[in-house]
Amino acid sequence: MSPQRDAGTAAVAAVENVAARIEAEREHLTDLDSAIGDADHGGNMARGWQAAADAVSDLEDPDIETVVKTAGKTLLSEVGGASGPLYGGSLVFASAELEDGLTAESAVAFAETYLEKVQDRGDASVGDKTMVDALVPAVHTFKKSVETDDLHPLEALAKAVAAAEHGVSFTVPIRAAKGRASYLGWRSVGHQDPGATSTLYIMEELLATAADHLDTDVPSADASSPTSPDAEATEE
Amino acid sequence: MKKLINDAETVVDEMLDGMVAAYPDSVRRLSDTQVLVRDDAPVDDKVAVVSGGGSGHEPTHAGYLGEGMLDGAAAGEVFTSPTADELEAMIEACDSGAGVLLVIKNYEGDVMNFETAGEMVEMEGTEVAEVVVNDDVAVEDSLYTSGRRGVCGTILVHKVAGAKAAEGASLDEVQRVAQKVVDNVGTMGMALTSCVTPEKGEPTFDLGEDEIELGIGIHGEPGVERTETMSADEVTDELTEAVLDDLELDPGQEVVTIVNGMGGTPQMELFVVNRRLQELLDERDIETWDAWVGDYMTSLDMAGCSITVCAVDEELKSLLDAPAETPAMTVR
Repeated sequence: MSPQRDAGTAAVAAVENVAARIEAEREHLTDLDSAIGDADHGGNMARGWQAAADAVSDLEDPDIETVVKTAGKTLLSEVGGASGPLYGGSLVFASAELEDGLTAESAVAFAETYLEKVQDRGDASVGDKTMVDALVPAVHTFKKSVETDDLHPLEALAKAVAAAEHGVSFTVPIRAAKGRASYLGWRSVGHQDPGATSTLYIMEELLATAADHLDTDVPSADASSPTSPDAEATEE
Repeated sequence: MKKLINDAETVVDEMLDGMVAAYPDSVRRLSDTQVLVRDDAPVDDKVAVVSGGGSGHEPTHAGYLGEGMLDGAAAGEVFTSPTADELEAMIEACDSGAGVLLVIKNYEGDVMNFETAGEMVEMEGTEVAEVVVNDDVAVEDSLYTSGRRGVCGTILVHKVAGAKAAEGASLDEVQRVAQKVVDNVGTMGMALTSCVTPEKGEPTFDLGEDEIELGIGIHGEPGVERTETMSADEVTDELTEAVLDDLELDPGQEVVTIVNGMGGTPQMELFVVNRRLQELLDERDIETWDAWVGDYMTSLDMAGCSITVCAVDEELKSLLDAPAETPAMTVR
């Protein structure tokens, strides 16, 4: 198996793990969304990620770009609403960064493009009480850890997840300025944002999947590649 | 609540098949989608004008498919945006190479899905431009929007953009006239009763026997004021004042007006409203160039109406006057 084939396999596992996690958290996400939205986030995301998991597991020997793009397209069509473009559309566009496979550099590029697309589409900034509050610190931390601190991508991803966690906590005390919750104004204060929360779950599963794949098949023979393929799952 | 449906799950699908069966010579359905297009799409060398949105607003949007108006119309589930992959399929099916104008009503889901689809087809080399219609003067932000909602003024955008495209104009030109409508149109609606969605089967919101809601959205989302029942003239005064305050028209300005039924309103009542609307405009020395009355953009079975006023110049008048041949609107 080539390293990139490995990255594709890891990406399939990542999508499956995210689907299982979202399904497990479905009611929690719906509860969060009932408080400040329209109570459909858990159901829509669970349905979408399950469909994405089904779609990527049907692929034959996929490379990572194909897996990520397929998952994104499936989320687009199955989740719909605003979450389809935000979670799925951004994945489709960012998948192009993985065209030449998974490296630390392409992982950073992927993360940055994903964030850029979410922000473009949702027109949201940090502090608006959206998924952006989890993504911005996570992506910036990942980039800095890889590029400046020279950490292994897996360590960098672990730091990114911790940053996302802080971002999720940050959504609790602030007032929503974007998304459906913004309609509530000050009444949104005190509630954790469901989008930031599901974003954290996704990242946690990417980290867990990447760690798993590193344990089982660190490609020492391919050590010439700048980074372990597994670090990849990072990117989503 | 009684509904003439088979199953809430299949109502949109069955509606679309029924529409194609009603107009087999003019519209067709793209396979495996909820997209209807003009039967002759893509039309050679013509800029395509496409729209779409949640179902439940019929005849919007597919009723306006045809010569002089829309090339494609994507139907989402009831009150739910079409998904980006369906919109992508629609844009691709309608593009002749001359480019595609996306006419989007300002709801977050609609805007995001259209823009995602637009960006995807652009990567494949299709030229797209967009206009976002936000004519509802009632509320600034709402349950489903940042900014004003897009409502019945959208039909005027379909007509004007479609006519300009039929002249062979460029994508930039088609977008320009569409935006001109957006910049000059205002709408406000009201409800006597709530709509009932097929899925829920009961009223979306509670409105007392002797209450009405002013500034209502087309999905039953809240308006600006819940008040005791008023006479038709009083309602018309409230809606018209709000629209005219927003538009700030000069005396002598020519306008097109629409008194739009929300789906459950007898034509008799719409004409009563129109009578008062024209009196009010007359009092303010605003000249009605054309007055439309009917169900243009509905909200399922909601009883109520909206009033739209659009300032028109010579260019918009000639485009509104241009021929159109569609299931819901014919201009000869």
